[in-house]
Amino acid sequence: MLKRSKKVGEAPLTQERAAYLEARRKRTWAIRLCQILILVCLITLWEILARVGVIDSFIMSQPSRVLKTLGNLQNNGLLMHVGVTCFETLAGFLLGVVLGNLIALTLWWSDFLSKVAEPYLVVLNALPKVALGPVIIIWAGAGMQAIIVMALAISLIVTVLEMLGGFLSTDPELIKMARTFRATRRQTFTKIIFPSNLHTLFNSLKINIGLSLVGVIAGEFLVSRAGLGYLIVYGGQVFQMDLVMTSVIILALVAALLYRGVTLVERLVLDAISHTKV
Amino acid sequence: MREILKLQDVSLTYQAENGEVQALDQISFTAQEGEMIGIVGPSGCGKSTLLSIIAGLEPATYGSILLGGEPVIGVSEKIGYMLQKDNLLNWRTIRSNVLLGLEIRRMLTEENIAYVENLLQTYGLAEFADKYPSQLSGGMRQRAALIRTLATRPELLLLDEAFSALDYQTRLTVSDDVLGILRKEKKTALIVTHDIPESISMSDRIIVLTDRPGRVKSIHNMEFPPRPGQTYMLPLERRNTPAFGQYFNLIWKELDVHVETQ
Repeated sequence: MLKRSKKVGEAPLTQERAAYLEARRKRTWAIRLCQILILVCLITLWEILARVGVIDSFIMSQPSRVLKTLGNLQNNGLLMHVGVTCFETLAGFLLGVVLGNLIALTLWWSDFLSKVAEPYLVVLNALPKVALGPVIIIWAGAGMQAIIVMALAISLIVTVLEMLGGFLSTDPELIKMARTFRATRRQTFTKIIFPSNLHTLFNSLKINIGLSLVGVIAGEFLVSRAGLGYLIVYGGQVFQMDLVMTSVIILALVAALLYRGVTLVERLVLDAISHTKV
Repeated sequence: MREILKLQDVSLTYQAENGEVQALDQISFTAQEGEMIGIVGPSGCGKSTLLSIIAGLEPATYGSILLGGEPVIGVSEKIGYMLQKDNLLNWRTIRSNVLLGLEIRRMLTEENIAYVENLLQTYGLAEFADKYPSQLSGGMRQRAALIRTLATRPELLLLDEAFSALDYQTRLTVSDDVLGILRKEKKTALIVTHDIPESISMSDRIIVLTDRPGRVKSIHNMEFPPRPGQTYMLPLERRNTPAFGQYFNLIWKELDVHVETQ
């Protein structure tokens, strides 16, 4: 069914309009179809090449073996591994969002502090946080906590920079308007600055969910006994490429689903508290 | 008539990186209750800064400002400020927007809310109260911004280029609209604009400022006798009188505008 806006819906569709809508729908379908076809072709090609022996399935694995591994993993607690990775990612992600926003708020509050912190933020932002891995393990202890701290470390500074940038570039006219009503700094933040930056917040969430996952996988490579990162490293060490490939594929799905989750929350929140122009 | 505002030798010097800048120099004038005072001057003469000082948003370096007989210290609650943009918060409904000032000042009493509802009703926004700013026209948004300002019942309104973001036709009707409301509510207002005809059409008196540092160059009474049965003449009507052109020439000469090629 076509979605019709009120104004257009009342008038009967002209022939040109109908043709235009039809053409657009066809195009959308064509794009979807191509996307699916590419995936199917790649998988089929992979399977055939492995079967006829052009590629070595011991090194490259193959789709049917991936499926088989998937079946075996279900007995070996695949869900547990996925769950561990998701939990660590969400924990690091949420910590990063909350702490990042609190730090950004503090720096927004004090112009002096933010000027002082500037060079530190720049250096910390440029530093590849994965390099801190060994330090984090020693400080936080080898275990899940180290992995969560890793995810936090990777997403924190980006959040601070992004949110602070957003807070500081809020329309000064809006702030002046609030000041003319004698708004306190706190009121200015809660009523003007923060709601003005919901889009900034969700943009940073979308970047951070991916970054947190990077942190978690890197952490799992280093210390864990569970999680998708662990499966990948373990598979590599025992030269079980089927396990590695299966884990990578699941990881891709997890990453996509987590991102999707954030966009869903974004839509729900924006629909609930603000009016978005259609 | 009661004297609402009295400025005495208000001066402002501010420190910039490359030296001291004198923005305003000994500005003195008074405003009586119910008066509309236009302030015009070349761009950069400190008109907007003057309003900020009167509102208490920034302190003057020298001089005194009495509002209803009391000195202005900090942002005064007797003042309502209208800026160039309507600054409606697009995540709030119109009702929630016009209540913002009362909400910030923690004055959301039943009586005040009823007062605002009444304003919405009187000025044709009641049926749009649950809509969002993006669903309203520029003129209606500006009217909503005015109601937000009136909600806190200010004694003095400061209009800082309040119409210059609107297109020409909307600007004419909105300034007519807003002035009608201000007259009806018997408000006193300082109207800063760079637009000479707009100033003449809205003001009872016009204060001409000089180039930086802004000084009071001259003050002119705008006399547009209301027609029988009226108490005042609205901006659009004023624009159609012969006196309007004469005042325009007078202010134009006073401003001494050179053709600047920028």
